[in-house]
Amino acid sequence: MQSLTNRKKVVGKKEMTWVEKLYLPAIFGGMRITLKHMFSKKTTISYPEQTREFSQIYRGMHVLKRDEKGAERCTACGLCAVACPAEAITMVAAERKKGEENLYREEKYAATYEINMLRCIFCGDCEDACPKESIFLTDRIVPSDFERNEFVYGKDKLVETLENPIDVSIRQTPEVLEFKKNKKLTHNR
Amino acid sequence: MFTPDLIFKVVLILSIFVITLVIAMYSTYGERKIAAFMQDRLGPNRAGIFGILQPLADGVKMFMKEELIPDISNKVLFILGPCLAMTTALMTSAIIPWGSNINIAGTDFSLQVTDLNIGVLYVFAVTSIGVYGIMIGGWASNNKYSLLGALRASSQMISYEIAMGLAIIALIMSTGTLSLKEISAAQAGFHWNIFVQPLGFLIFIICSFAETNRAPFDLPECETELVGGYHTEYSSMKLGFYLFAEYINMFIASAVISTLYFGGYNFPFMNSIGLSSNAVAILGVIFLFAKIFFFIFFFMWVRWTIPRFRYDQLMRLGWTVLIPLAIFNILLTGAIIFATNN
Repeated sequence: MQSLTNRKKVVGKKEMTWVEKLYLPAIFGGMRITLKHMFSKKTTISYPEQTREFSQIYRGMHVLKRDEKGAERCTACGLCAVACPAEAITMVAAERKKGEENLYREEKYAATYEINMLRCIFCGDCEDACPKESIFLTDRIVPSDFERNEFVYGKDKLVETLENPIDVSIRQTPEVLEFKKNKKLTHNR
Repeated sequence: MFTPDLIFKVVLILSIFVITLVIAMYSTYGERKIAAFMQDRLGPNRAGIFGILQPLADGVKMFMKEELIPDISNKVLFILGPCLAMTTALMTSAIIPWGSNINIAGTDFSLQVTDLNIGVLYVFAVTSIGVYGIMIGGWASNNKYSLLGALRASSQMISYEIAMGLAIIALIMSTGTLSLKEISAAQAGFHWNIFVQPLGFLIFIICSFAETNRAPFDLPECETELVGGYHTEYSSMKLGFYLFAEYINMFIASAVISTLYFGGYNFPFMNSIGLSSNAVAILGVIFLFAKIFFFIFFFMWVRWTIPRFRYDQLMRLGWTVLIPLAIFNILLTGAIIFATNN
């Protein structure tokens, strides 16, 4: 078989030569390598101060977007919940009352919208399924916590605030947009 | 009663005691830092700048931990074990010559706590008692893993002590004295014993790795096989004492190696640069500590390079390689001395 790397070495039960039996050359060779590593560049990223550079298409914590007037885009159609392979999304729909047009864009909205972040596999299928351009995965990390139920994120954590809109354009590379259009792919129907 | 000599000795003993503890403390930090650097990591860097306060945090943690003594253990021996390990580890520093004489107000003071005329034998005697700390601790724990660790430690130390002793005999043959002070003084300038006894040095340093239970000979506390080895049942500061004793042993072993083979407090051109004798003595102390720190680093360097030996390999290396080699070294030294004297 052809070797994938050229680092392959054939090992066998070859009788060691006298110099090899001394082990000292091998030990010094090893010590040379460890000493070299002492002065090489460290791979550690000191996390809170430094953050690792994310991939452009990193899929992190979800956001529920508002439209340009500040109304919630979500219409509680439930397509995201259906698309979710991990069954992490639940929602309760409600009808929009008169005078709430500035709060909700459509006539039906999600009264509660919960994503269980421990179930979520961050596949992004909810984002693909959403017909209203409402749910997006962002480059934010889901923070750790001590309690399981703290990981069930409600609308308070998911919907973006008016003061602090979340930029979701980073992920929308031409390839991603192309992929979203192509609804023929089996897992994207 | 309180002669200047006595006061100086007390100050010297106390300062050596403190220095030993501080060095052992910071060896734990150094060990973690060096291990991290060799593995392309950063190591402890949160407590203080560069993690310099990490040993203090570890010490506080050790003291705060719950103290557990197993019901089925032998309580007296269980407590005696770590005490013995710590005491013997600290005892050896008494005969190391930390520097040549220092002159204060017209009186010469020796920077050595006591100059035993059988200094080398004293080192051996004390390190041999050191194994009792491990043995007693392992046996008193009443735990199979601890017992196995203790057994390994004792057989390993006894086996390697022979080769170590034989290596030293060759050194004594060429220096003609057992006193560490005279051995140091004889290596003035650059006449270090390493050039006279390279093979003896190699045997000695391998044996000191085994004596201090450091990798690649750390079988007594081999985590993968014996959980924690002889200190499996220990917790809190009793465990801390065992770990501390190991680092003190490493420091002392480095000091002994530096003194016996690398000229102790001597450094090249010490008598020709034209400094006063006090300045030379202080520089000598600095040089000795530089050598000691290098050897501590060397101990750690080897630990993070070489994997652990298998137990039968360890015994074979000790009995069938190092002891014959040491005897050959004695014969060689004898032959050379005989040839040069005639």
